[in-house]
Amino acid sequence: MSTERYELNKNLAQMLKGGVIMDVSTPEQARIAEEAGAAAVMALERIPADIRAAGGVSRMSDPKMIKGIQAAVSIPVMAKVRIGHFVEAQILEALEIDYIDESEVLSPADDKFHVDKTKFKIPFVCGAKNLGEALRRIEEGASMIRTKGEPGTGDVIQAVRHIRAMLSEIRRIQSLKEDELYYAAKEMQVPFDLLKYVHENGKLPVVNFAAGGVATPADAALMMQLGAEGVFVGSGIFKSGNPAKRAQAIVKAVTNYNDPKILAEISADLGEAMIGINESEIQLLMAERGI
Amino acid sequence: MKIGVLALQGGFIEHIHILQSLQVDTFEIRKKADLSQEMDGLIIPGGESTVIGKLLKDLDMYDDLKEKIEQGLPVFGTCAGMILLAKQIEGKSNACFGAIDITVKRNAYGRQLGSFFTEAEFKGIGIIPMTFIRAPYIESTGPNVEILSVVDEHIVAAREKNVLVTSYHPELTSDNRVHRYFIQSVCHCGLDPQSQEQILI
Repeated sequence: MSTERYELNKNLAQMLKGGVIMDVSTPEQARIAEEAGAAAVMALERIPADIRAAGGVSRMSDPKMIKGIQAAVSIPVMAKVRIGHFVEAQILEALEIDYIDESEVLSPADDKFHVDKTKFKIPFVCGAKNLGEALRRIEEGASMIRTKGEPGTGDVIQAVRHIRAMLSEIRRIQSLKEDELYYAAKEMQVPFDLLKYVHENGKLPVVNFAAGGVATPADAALMMQLGAEGVFVGSGIFKSGNPAKRAQAIVKAVTNYNDPKILAEISADLGEAMIGINESEIQLLMAERGI
Repeated sequence: MKIGVLALQGGFIEHIHILQSLQVDTFEIRKKADLSQEMDGLIIPGGESTVIGKLLKDLDMYDDLKEKIEQGLPVFGTCAGMILLAKQIEGKSNACFGAIDITVKRNAYGRQLGSFFTEAEFKGIGIIPMTFIRAPYIESTGPNVEILSVVDEHIVAAREKNVLVTSYHPELTSDNRVHRYFIQSVCHCGLDPQSQEQILI
């Protein structure tokens, strides 16, 4: 990937900021998401809550289903590949998807290597639960980062933990003396140049969204107030009682995350939220995949 | 002088940074109450036009803004902002503000693989850097519209009276000349002599 292409890919993520990216599994859901104000949709056959319930190996979605969603909406369409599965990524590139999510939600295809994302023209977003993971993914060519959270649970605790970890590590790196950065880079197992960027700018060199467990407008606003630049909502919308209404409310919550009066208004009467599952009750921690 | 930046979704902070480089005061517009502030100009940023258009209506800001633009508030729209300001959108019956007499084609260059960077002429300024992200272009213009940039035979910047639009994102480069043009020639405001012209080389 040329430097120019990488810049354009980072630029697309910049245009998604302040927005909500919604998981959808049918063209019909994609249209509901677009009408509700989604900034992009993530096409996947089974949303994380169902993957969790069904068990078994989960893989890239059927290209036919992805094409159906591409045809249904005018907003960007993203899709997931298994960690390290560069052939699934090649297939999504051939489909001209707008963004590839190399995602821990699917079963990892490689327990050591992530996809070498610098070999692709299509942009990648990757999950991270701390600054080290984020910078390693960026070095591999990711042009957008999201927290991992714990997908398909409706429990926001892990997303909170991850965004807090990332941002507090960024503050720590900012406060280091320049000659201490070499050791910090070694300790964190990250490239020095990227760490230096964080030291000088106090942020990641790419856009940083929150993901994993967001189920209510309040959850979305919480992630924004904690410092996320936008939000992915997976199971939280289409596992709820009134998806369209909840989706619209979450979109508004991300725009006016700092206005409790508006949040109070839009949080009312949304129907049942996804039931969810507490962190302590789950068997499979997806966030532990791909470090 | 104060410029309001519509901050419902998208790349608004990039516009604010450029305006700050020009020592221009700015504020974010996120809800109806923010519209009560005095402003000398408005910027509608890039993002998803469907999202911004919907939020304008849901947050009850559309009528107030439309009235201000019709009364002559200088406004600058980039990418999604251009779509929202256009009178017609190809393949769609309803436009948003309809403030400039142009017909716009959305996602005119295709998906993200069609996004590109180039350098081309902006009338009166010279060669400027242009970043197109899933960009629209202008298919046709009305009689009173001035064409400001053309790339590969497609119109990508135009102006009619108080409304300036670009398909590309000047805010994603460090070149602030289009924003200077907006402040000086559309808003008719003076810039601090201390503010430097930044040209991307």
